Amino acid sequence: MLNRTIPPLIKQASSFELILPPLHRVVLSNGVEICLLSAGTQDVVQIEWVFYAGNAYETNNLVAVATNYLIKNGTAKHTAYEINEFFDFYGAFLQRDCYNETATVTLNCLNKHAEILIPKVFEILNESIFFEDELGIYKQNMQQHLAVSLKKCDFVANRLIDTYVYGERNPYGKYSTIKDYQQLQREWLIDFHRQHYLNGRCTIFVSGKLPNGIEKVIEKYFGQWPQSKTRETYPTITNIQAAQQKKYRIVNDEQGVQGAIRIATHFPNRHHPDFAKVMVLNTLFGGFFGSRLMNNIREDKGYTYGIHSYIQNHIAHTAWVIATEAGREVCEATIKEVYHEMNILCTEFVDEEELTVVRNFMIGSILGDLDGPFQIMSRWKNIILNGLTEEYFYRSIDVIKTITATELQVLAQKYFEKEKWYELVVV
Amino acid sequence: MIQYEQFTLSNGLQVIVHEDCSTPMAVMNVMYNVGAKDENPDKTGFAHLFEHLMFGGSLHIPTYDEPLQLAGGENNAYTTNDLTNYYIQLPAQNIETAFWLESDRMLSLAFNEKSLEIQRKVVCEEFKEHYINKPYGDVWKHIRELAYTKHPYNWMTIGKELSHIENATLNDVKAFFFQYYRPINAILVVAGNVTIDQVKGLSEKWFAPIPAGNKYIRQLPAEPKQMIARKKEVKANVPLDALYKCWPICGRLDNLYYSTDLITDILGGGSSSRLYQSLVKEKKLFSNIHCYHLGSIDPGLLTIEGKLVKGVSLEEADKSVTKEIEQFLVEGVAERELKKVKNKTESSITFEDMSLLSRANSLAFYTLLGNTSLINVELNRYQEVTIKNINDTVAAIFDADHSNTLYYRSVV
Repeated sequence: MLNRTIPPLIKQASSFELILPPLHRVVLSNGVEICLLSAGTQDVVQIEWVFYAGNAYETNNLVAVATNYLIKNGTAKHTAYEINEFFDFYGAFLQRDCYNETATVTLNCLNKHAEILIPKVFEILNESIFFEDELGIYKQNMQQHLAVSLKKCDFVANRLIDTYVYGERNPYGKYSTIKDYQQLQREWLIDFHRQHYLNGRCTIFVSGKLPNGIEKVIEKYFGQWPQSKTRETYPTITNIQAAQQKKYRIVNDEQGVQGAIRIATHFPNRHHPDFAKVMVLNTLFGGFFGSRLMNNIREDKGYTYGIHSYIQNHIAHTAWVIATEAGREVCEATIKEVYHEMNILCTEFVDEEELTVVRNFMIGSILGDLDGPFQIMSRWKNIILNGLTEEYFYRSIDVIKTITATELQVLAQKYFEKEKWYELVVV
Repeated sequence: MIQYEQFTLSNGLQVIVHEDCSTPMAVMNVMYNVGAKDENPDKTGFAHLFEHLMFGGSLHIPTYDEPLQLAGGENNAYTTNDLTNYYIQLPAQNIETAFWLESDRMLSLAFNEKSLEIQRKVVCEEFKEHYINKPYGDVWKHIRELAYTKHPYNWMTIGKELSHIENATLNDVKAFFFQYYRPINAILVVAGNVTIDQVKGLSEKWFAPIPAGNKYIRQLPAEPKQMIARKKEVKANVPLDALYKCWPICGRLDNLYYSTDLITDILGGGSSSRLYQSLVKEKKLFSNIHCYHLGSIDPGLLTIEGKLVKGVSLEEADKSVTKEIEQFLVEGVAERELKKVKNKTESSITFEDMSLLSRANSLAFYTLLGNTSLINVELNRYQEVTIKNINDTVAAIFDADHSNTLYYRSVV
C-alpha cells in the first residue's frame, strides 16, 4: 500500500552544479562590441542592440524614450508603414525599450530571416528621420495613454515612491507629464540620436541557435559604423535628492476600493558586498510565493491578491521595494504586518528547514532560468552592463548555498530599521 | 515536430509524455476539463475560486507549495471559461515530488474551512484589482452580457459579482471537486528530461490508485444565431471614450478557425495591420486599436477595440471601423498580406515552442480538444488557408446584423 504521507526523496539544491555557458566576445575596430551565445534547439535568434542612451543622458524630459520609440518610424528610404510591414512580413518582432542608463532595440526572428533583417535594422538605427508627423501622433497618443495610466493607483504609486527615494530631478526619480509631451521637439530627438546612437557606445548581444556566419553579417554593417572610438562609459547617476518626509497617504480616486502600497529604502547597487546575501534575505522576506509576506498577508490574512519585495534593477544606485495592492480598509493593517515581518527577521533566527526551502527554490529557479538561450543571455547582459564578471554569478550561487541564519539576522538588523523606509499608500 | 507518447491509466487518466533531454528541467501539467462555462449561473466565479483552494492542502499533505519549493520547483495555475490548468516546473531529478503532490490533491483535497475563508478574500481582492479598481476593467463583463444571451460565456471567469464568491460554501467546494476533479476528466502531461518508462512507472504508482469518477458529459445551451445588431452604452469615470465591436465566430475545432485567426491579425494585429495604419496613423481617429479573439473552444467573438482620440465622437469612430470592414469585404485580402500573417503565425508558434512549459501546455490543450496530434499539424492548417478562404470567412463573419457594439463613454 502506497504511503502518501512520506514525500519522495529529493536531490538537494546544494548538490546542483550550475554553469553559466560561456560567451564569445568580439570588439570591432570601431569600438562596437558583439557578444554571442549559441544555445537552444529552436531555429530562432535574438539580437539586441544596447546603446548608452537612457534618460540619464537627456537634457529635456522624455527625449530618450521618444527617440527610442520613434527610431523605427521612418528613414530616408522608407516610411514607418513600410518598415513595420517589412518586419511583420518576415514574422519578426522589433522591440524598443528605454531605461535609465541604456536604451535598446531588439530583433527576434527565425534564423532563416536574420540575414535579410539585419541590414534593415542597420538602416533604422543609422538613418532614422524622426518625421514631424510621426512625432505628432506619438505626442498625442502618449498623452492619452498617460491620462489613462494616471487613473491607476499602482502606476501613480510607482512614480511617487521613486521621487521620494531619488528626487524628482534624478533620472531614477523623474517622471513624465502631459506638458513634457507637449513640449517635445523634433530637433531634440535628432540631436539625441546623433549623439547617443550614431556616435555613442553600442554593444550587441546575439543569442539563439546561431546560424553560420551571423557574426560576419553583423560585422559587415555595424563594423562600418562611425561610432565613437572612445567607448564612452555610462554616466554614474548621482545627485540623489531623497525626500525628508517618510510617510505619505494620497487619494487619487475617491471611489477607489484598493490602495497601492509601496514601502522602499535605499540600497547601493550590485557591487555592494551585501548584495548577494540581501537577495537571499529578500527571497525569504517577500521574493517568492512561499515568502513571509505572502504567507502572512495573503495566505493568512487575505488582505491582498499578492505582495512582493524586490531590488530595483538599476545600475548606479537602487532601492529595495515592497509592493502590493490591498483592500482600501486593510491598507494600514497590511503595512503594520510588513513591519511586523521585518521585526521578526531582526529578532528571530530563520530555522534551517525554511532556509533550505529558500535555498532550494532559488537554485531550482536559476537552473530553470538557464534553460534557454535568451534567458542565459539576459544573465550575461546583466553582468556586463553592471560592470561585473562571471565571478559574480558563481559567488551568488555560493552565497545561496552557504549563507547562515546568523548572517541573515545581521542583515535584517542592518536594513530593516523602520525609520529608513519610505511608506506610501495611493488609493 | 514535437515528439510525444500517450497512454491511458485504468482509471481513465490520459497521460502524455514529451521527452526532451536538452533541458535539466521537467514540467508536469495537469489540465481539468472544467471552466467557468460549467458553473451554475447563480454561483459564478466558482471554478476560479476552486483553483485557489487547490493550494490549501490535500488529504495527506498539509501544504502544497512548501514541499515543491524544497524540491526546487515553481508552480502556478489558471482558469479560463473552458478549462482549468495547473503546472509545475522543477529540476528533472525531483520529478517524483510533482507526482506525489499532484496525485494527492487529485485523490482528495483537505477541504479546510480556513482556507476557503481566506481564499474568498484573496479572490475578492483579485476581483477588485483587475476588474473594479482599474479603468475599463469591467468592459468584458458588458461585452459578454451583450453578445451571449444563452451560452455561459455570458460571464467572466472571475464571476458576475463579488457576492457569488463571498457566498461560496464548503459543501459547494466538495461537490465541485468530486464532480469534475476526477482522473476521468483530467489530462496529465509530463515533459522534459524524463523517459517514457519512468513516467509510466510513476503514473501507475501515484495516479492509478485514484478512483476514476464519473465522466462529465457537458450539455451547455448553444448560443442562438444572432438575428439583429445589438448596441449598449456604458458611462464610466475614464479619461477616454472607447469603442468595442464584436461578431460571433466559429469554435476552436471548426475548419474556419484558421482563416478567422488570420483575419484578426490582418485587421488589427500590430503596427502594419489595416486598422492601425488607417485609423491610428492616417485618419488619426484612434490612439490605439486592436482586433483579436480569445481562442475559446465553443463559438467565440472576433473583437475590435480601440480608444478614441479626444474630440472624435463614438459615432464617427464606429462608422470608420465599419467603413474599413466594408473595404475589406470589397477588396479582399492581398497575396502578400496573407503571406505576412502566415509568416507571423509560423514565427509565433516557433517562439512559443521554445518554452518547455508552453509545449506541455499545448499538448494538454490539444488532448482536451480530443486530438493531441493537432499540435504538429496546426501550422500546416494555417499554411493551407487560401485567399478565397479568407474572403469567404470575412463575408461570413461581418454581417451587419451580427454585430455587438459597446460604447464606453467617458464622463470625467
